Amino acid sequence: MENKHLPNYLEYQGKYKGLMGWLTTTDHKRIGLLYFYSMFSFFLVGATLGILMRLELIAPGKQLMEAQTYNALFTLHGLTMIFLFVIPGVAAVFGNFFLPIMLGAKDVAFPKLNLLSWYLYILGALIVLSSQFMGDGPPDTGWTFYAPYSLKTQTNVVAAVFGAFVLGFSSILTGLNFITTMHRLRAPGMGWKRMPIFAWTLYATGWIQILATPIVGITLLMIAAERLLGIGFFDPAIGGDPILYQHLFWTYSHPAVYIMILPAMGVISEIIPTFSRKPIFGYTALIISSMAIAFVGYFVWGHHMFTSGMSDSSRWIFSFLSFIVAIPSAVKVFNWTATLYKGSIRLQTPFWWAMGFIFVFMIGGFSGLVIGSLATDIHVHDTYFVVAHFHYIVFGGTGFAFFAAMHYWWPKIYGRMYNTKIANVGLAIFFSGFNILYFPMFILGLRGMPRRYYDYLPQFTDGNVISTIGSWIMITGLLILIVNLAKAKKMTGKAVDDPWDGSTLEWKIQSPPTLENFEEIPVITGGPYEYKDR
Amino acid sequence: MYSGASNLVTTTDNAFFLIIGISVIFLVGISATIIWFLIRYNKKKHPVAEQIHGSNTLEVVWTVIPLILVMIMFFYGWAGYAPARKAPKDAMRIIASARMWSWSFEYENGVKTDTLYVPMNQPVLLDLLSVDVVHSLYIPAFRVKEDMVPGRTNRMWFIPQKVGNYELFCAEYCGLSHSYMFTEVKVLEPGEFDKWLTSQADTTRIIAAESNPGAAGRRLIEVNGCFACHSSDGSKLVGPSFKGLYEHEQKVMTNGELRSVIANDDYITKSIYEPDAEIVEGYRKGQMISYKNQLTDQDVQQIIEYLKTIK
Repeated sequence: MENKHLPNYLEYQGKYKGLMGWLTTTDHKRIGLLYFYSMFSFFLVGATLGILMRLELIAPGKQLMEAQTYNALFTLHGLTMIFLFVIPGVAAVFGNFFLPIMLGAKDVAFPKLNLLSWYLYILGALIVLSSQFMGDGPPDTGWTFYAPYSLKTQTNVVAAVFGAFVLGFSSILTGLNFITTMHRLRAPGMGWKRMPIFAWTLYATGWIQILATPIVGITLLMIAAERLLGIGFFDPAIGGDPILYQHLFWTYSHPAVYIMILPAMGVISEIIPTFSRKPIFGYTALIISSMAIAFVGYFVWGHHMFTSGMSDSSRWIFSFLSFIVAIPSAVKVFNWTATLYKGSIRLQTPFWWAMGFIFVFMIGGFSGLVIGSLATDIHVHDTYFVVAHFHYIVFGGTGFAFFAAMHYWWPKIYGRMYNTKIANVGLAIFFSGFNILYFPMFILGLRGMPRRYYDYLPQFTDGNVISTIGSWIMITGLLILIVNLAKAKKMTGKAVDDPWDGSTLEWKIQSPPTLENFEEIPVITGGPYEYKDR
Repeated sequence: MYSGASNLVTTTDNAFFLIIGISVIFLVGISATIIWFLIRYNKKKHPVAEQIHGSNTLEVVWTVIPLILVMIMFFYGWAGYAPARKAPKDAMRIIASARMWSWSFEYENGVKTDTLYVPMNQPVLLDLLSVDVVHSLYIPAFRVKEDMVPGRTNRMWFIPQKVGNYELFCAEYCGLSHSYMFTEVKVLEPGEFDKWLTSQADTTRIIAAESNPGAAGRRLIEVNGCFACHSSDGSKLVGPSFKGLYEHEQKVMTNGELRSVIANDDYITKSIYEPDAEIVEGYRKGQMISYKNQLTDQDVQQIIEYLKTIK
């Protein structure tokens, strides 16, 4: 810690300088940042599309665009946000940057494979985006590519599904890399039960990525094959079955929700102990719940299909299992709350983000019970209720955790501290806007407004107007916090390495870290959250 | 809620109130606890944290209690839904078909409509069919929804319990005009309904026998939902308007080549049976299905008779 003059990973110069130095890097921290810059750009694209959709929906009838444009817009919004932001999201950015450091390692197990994963991500992203400009117009299927519509539409579906297929490889390889890193590269003394919770959630995520992603890969290839070669997998006109497509698609895409949310829960489990000055409550329970989510999460996909026409017995079995998967998430919320008990709580920006996460995640989770239950799901299925639910989980959960992680680790990544007052104001505006944007959608859904509607009946106007106004407030908050982070100032003094007084390994090295993180591999003698000697 | 428009409303809404009730209690309870902790254990008031690692008793408590609660929710959800899957044997059957982007309903006596008419207090069983992509028949007031999947017959049933008009939406995204795939359910008194059904059957017969040219064709166009995409007043919808079409020149794309054709009997028949073969300039391919199996040559002839009346 005394050697302040060691070059950090941002200054370090290998074989190439400048941009080439970044594009050929195998340093997990730089790869983490490559993901961060590309992913955040895609996030801003997706957010802009979302704002445009809300503008179109501010009143019934045509406002800005034709129906075809709107349909292409919500398809691209979904594709960008799901495949390019939330699925890789927290794991690829913060997992890459911090997993090796938290384990006391110099890098991930396969640094070159790690760089390849990023290139696959970029390649997949470019292919997905190319579908907008080539062929017979942007895809208009929704991100779910439901057959047989995705087989019949004249738009450029093949490029979009092929792009998503390539992105899948990036995800699988990252999962493999992280799992191997955890098995092989933990520092001496770091037993499995001394790993930080964030690492554990990446471990659970890694297994889902490896086991579930190939299923969507083959499904998307089947769509491409059916479109190009006329093989009848899914179109009943040539002997296929549309329900088969839905089964295959959700067998991956439901576990994918847990790929998004588990690392997010990991981030929250890091922040809460740091700012409560206490070990996380129920360390083992949190690990078991992560593994339980990963495991049970495989068996609940059918709840996306309660109205599809699958058998009555599968409807109630999937409903039953969906309620079971709610339990581990509830256990996490209880443990986070209990961690605060008798703590010494510092109300700083990352902590406020974690609290915001818990609140919106609870609303997302409770609304999940409504759509896990058969009678109620039938009414709100494919309505705005579902849109509200998954935005609360995916954006409220993963998105909030992503911003929490940015505010928590920014000083470590860049050695710069942002203005915490402005950050809190930004968060407050963002949080209000988020709820004004998404909460009215629950009501719209209960009143029966179906989703993916370009136009709607006049009785749904009020909720849509409120929601659109919410989108403006939220985007204001978002811009404030982005500008504030970008203007973060170089830190000086004692607090540079450990501004939050954290206990996990990343706070024991210099900010920004050196190329190999640790000059000497540390020897671990206790659990990850020990504050006794302070 | 609790409008009681169908037999499924009360059980569904009870499940809603149960789940939302328990959820709100927990949401408020947990949020309040967190806020209390933030105040009580703030750094200023509580400078030294107690190093508590966990409690197995608590873990068991907050695993088992939510488990019991969600099992109750599951039960209510299932119990509220189970009746929706068991249609009584004497239910009146109606065949509901969906296509991009219109509905048609066929009653036991062969009458076809684009609006769903049902009698009050009588079980109605819908056979759900789709001729192209996946649609979903959704009547919010009745709390019913089931997908219409090409290649199979799904079913839904309900007992309408209040006279009135209710919205019927398509809930599964089905392309360009998905949000306009909208019609109504009209619930009539049983006597009224019988009268309506017989009069419809008579009308169909009368129109078929009538000499008024085009009346039968217009009716075919109505019940097959053609007006969802083709106007009769010259306005441009998903497809070209019917007005002024017959025996007028059309610019069409045939195999990527633009050419002029006269919209005669052959052209119209081909457009109905092979819609993608020749696309009128300015319109998109792949929007219309072939009506080969739905309209006979005689039906097409009737439609042409109608088109002649709006030259």
